[in-house]
Amino acid sequence: MAELGSFVLLLALALSGYSFLVGLIALIRKQPGSERLSETARRAGIASFGAVFVGAVVLVTSAFRNDFSISYILHHSNRDLPLPYKFATLWSGQEGSLLFWSLLLSGYGLVLRLRHKTDVRLFAHASVVIAAVQVFFLLLLNFAAKPFAVIQGSVPPDGNGLNPLLQYPEMVIHPPMLYLGYVGFTVPFAFALGALAMKYPGEKWIYITRRWTMVTWGFLTCGVFLGAHWAYSVLGWGGYWGWDPVENASLMPWLVGTAFLHSVMMQEKRGMLKTWNMWLVFGTFWLAILGTFLTRSGIISSVHAFAQSSIGDWFFWFLIVSLGTFTFFFIKNRSHLRSEHKLESLISRESSFLFNNLLFVLACFTVLWGTWFPKISELAQSKKVTVGAAFYNKVTIPVALLLLLLTAVGPLLAWRKTSFESLKRNFLWPSLGALAVGIVLVGLGVKPWNDVSYFYALVAAMLAALVAFTVISEFIRGGRVISGHTGENLAASMVRLWHRNTRRYGGYIVHFGVALVFIGILGTPFNDSKEKPMGFGDKMALGPYTLLSRSSTQEENANYSTDLAIIQVFKGDKQIDTLYPESRYYTASQQQQHVPAIRSTLKEDLYVVFEGKDPDTGYPIIKAHLNPMVSWIWIGLIVMVFGTILSLVPNAAPMRATVRESDEARVPAHAAPVGAGD
Amino acid sequence: MLFSFIRENFRTHRLHLIPALLVGVLLLLGAGDDSARIDRIGHQLMCVCGCNQVLLECNHVGCSYSTRMRDELTAAVTRSDSDNNVVQWFIQTYGTTVLTVPTDHGFSRVAWIMPYLALILGIGLVVLIVAVWKKRPLVAHASMPTAVRGVELDRFRDQARRETEL
Repeated sequence: MAELGSFVLLLALALSGYSFLVGLIALIRKQPGSERLSETARRAGIASFGAVFVGAVVLVTSAFRNDFSISYILHHSNRDLPLPYKFATLWSGQEGSLLFWSLLLSGYGLVLRLRHKTDVRLFAHASVVIAAVQVFFLLLLNFAAKPFAVIQGSVPPDGNGLNPLLQYPEMVIHPPMLYLGYVGFTVPFAFALGALAMKYPGEKWIYITRRWTMVTWGFLTCGVFLGAHWAYSVLGWGGYWGWDPVENASLMPWLVGTAFLHSVMMQEKRGMLKTWNMWLVFGTFWLAILGTFLTRSGIISSVHAFAQSSIGDWFFWFLIVSLGTFTFFFIKNRSHLRSEHKLESLISRESSFLFNNLLFVLACFTVLWGTWFPKISELAQSKKVTVGAAFYNKVTIPVALLLLLLTAVGPLLAWRKTSFESLKRNFLWPSLGALAVGIVLVGLGVKPWNDVSYFYALVAAMLAALVAFTVISEFIRGGRVISGHTGENLAASMVRLWHRNTRRYGGYIVHFGVALVFIGILGTPFNDSKEKPMGFGDKMALGPYTLLSRSSTQEENANYSTDLAIIQVFKGDKQIDTLYPESRYYTASQQQQHVPAIRSTLKEDLYVVFEGKDPDTGYPIIKAHLNPMVSWIWIGLIVMVFGTILSLVPNAAPMRATVRESDEARVPAHAAPVGAGD
Repeated sequence: MLFSFIRENFRTHRLHLIPALLVGVLLLLGAGDDSARIDRIGHQLMCVCGCNQVLLECNHVGCSYSTRMRDELTAAVTRSDSDNNVVQWFIQTYGTTVLTVPTDHGFSRVAWIMPYLALILGIGLVVLIVAVWKKRPLVAHASMPTAVRGVELDRFRDQARRETEL
């Protein structure tokens, strides 16, 4: 099996190399016959997917067959590993995850190459760029991080097992989502570089890549949030985001990608920000690679990082080469990127996008700065420092709140210029609603003058309410207009409104999801926790809950043995739940792992951890966290994904106002198409 | 006179218990104060086992560092060292990486300044861009039609709809 795997990866490298070189020659030559040459390059690119796919199948099959002669399988699997985790072995280690990356990239390349008739020449350019990136990853797989390397000497009877932290159902979903996002941003980058290199006329490439970008962004969003959920459910420290370098690595391309999704509208609608968009697309791709470099080079320490290896050098040079290539084409063809319109007013949609982009890029810079500062400090003063969560919380929260404000304000500003009357009409009720939310919260005991974190929580709540109210008012306002013209009820009218401009109203739903996420986050300052050894019958009071220890027990299966506490949860005198926090010992990897028990409600999470055993009494040490509002983060994610899917639905055909005979007299002859915008 | 009054009452009303009570209260207050200090300082320190967690939140099973460091923190606070002395002791023992955030002096201050500097520069840049763009002439089109009608008019209508639809 190992020989077959190694062979197909070599074959994939040859095919991708052909696709890149011959595709490039065909683009440069511009002679008769170039089209045929280009076609062979395209087909080689398609075939490379088949080769990489077979390689991935071989690796997964080897995991299922417990083929411990393959070093990768020996180090990341064992006989008693449950089947889903054996499948997840593919992305659980350095070499396998690079193979998975290559598989996804060739998959994206396959779809792109099959759809080449949309615009043969542009797609040929993009195909060459993708082939170049694919060659890099296949070089790694063939020469630096071989997934099919065979161990020397006798084959051990069992493997070392999968890291216990990764033995969680979400690990079967989270990495693929994250990788689909990371890898997916190669496609918009490939189109952007292709369009720049060929001086592509017009903005059609933007329309073509828009869907790719949104799908990719959706995957990356899922990946980032599922990572947070995994950390919350598995790591047992009671939080979901620790500002670890690996978490930061996933956040940075997301921030820049989100900036691009917004600013690209300025290019579509107004022919502006062409240069900026080019750099944002490139920045997103580059940051995805940089994140991979961070996690795999060992240059920055992280609990999530892969083992230190030499592939960091490869990534470093790839980053340099990709930056150099993009800069070369930018300098060569920058005259092609001149803006077609000028800015007419500071209070306009265009301005809001500018500030939105500034804040997203600034947030990315802050995260990048914090992630790299330990290294910079080491170089500058030969002294390493830690940049922990307190730093990020202090410097990113104000930026996040400003972004939330723009999320509320931006969509309601008109293109070109917004009048005061329009501002008043659009914002009066949402602003009053947000103010009312603030007053209610102060009344409920959130005293912003007591602590700066309470102040931030209050402002975040008011801004999240403002976002929610503006989104709701936009749907109602648009729905009423349509309802007035068609006679449909408001709900049906709002569906029709969405269908008239799916991206706009899908985007609003994404914004609504963002507001929910912020509502979830703003509960953090009110977290509470307690810890104590709990013998039989011991009680612990936390917030409205009383925990009663009933027993602790031990269980064992082939994969792990576990210490298990049985904790009854009371609210007042009524028992409402029983929780089973665990401390597991994984046999193959000989590692211990807490498995928290979580009782989740819309108001708060009760998060109970089996921390260990008291050395004197042998009682389980139970740590209980009370985390308000956390569920809203995951609900917000679902809403964001739902909004993204809605925004991907094609628009309905433009609809003219249908005027009922009875209304004819009331509707002016020059009435605008319904749902046509601000 | 006053002294004799106090002495008399001290015997008859068991007022001699008051000093003991006061000492007890002070001890309790002190204990409360210590735990608040431990909590405050413990959240400024990292566990150095590599888990990237704050000292008081490290929940690594069998972590050989956090238990020892917590004991050291309790001992230092009980000695009534000032917060700064306690932190300095940890820096000398474990290095500057024991702090959760960079300090506010020397080169480390750059870590704090840079994000705010970038924000100020960014806002300045956006304002400058807006100012320049407001003055910028439009890209000239070679063949601008003098009158718009028919298909051209439809095209402009489509453009207008596109530009205002979002």
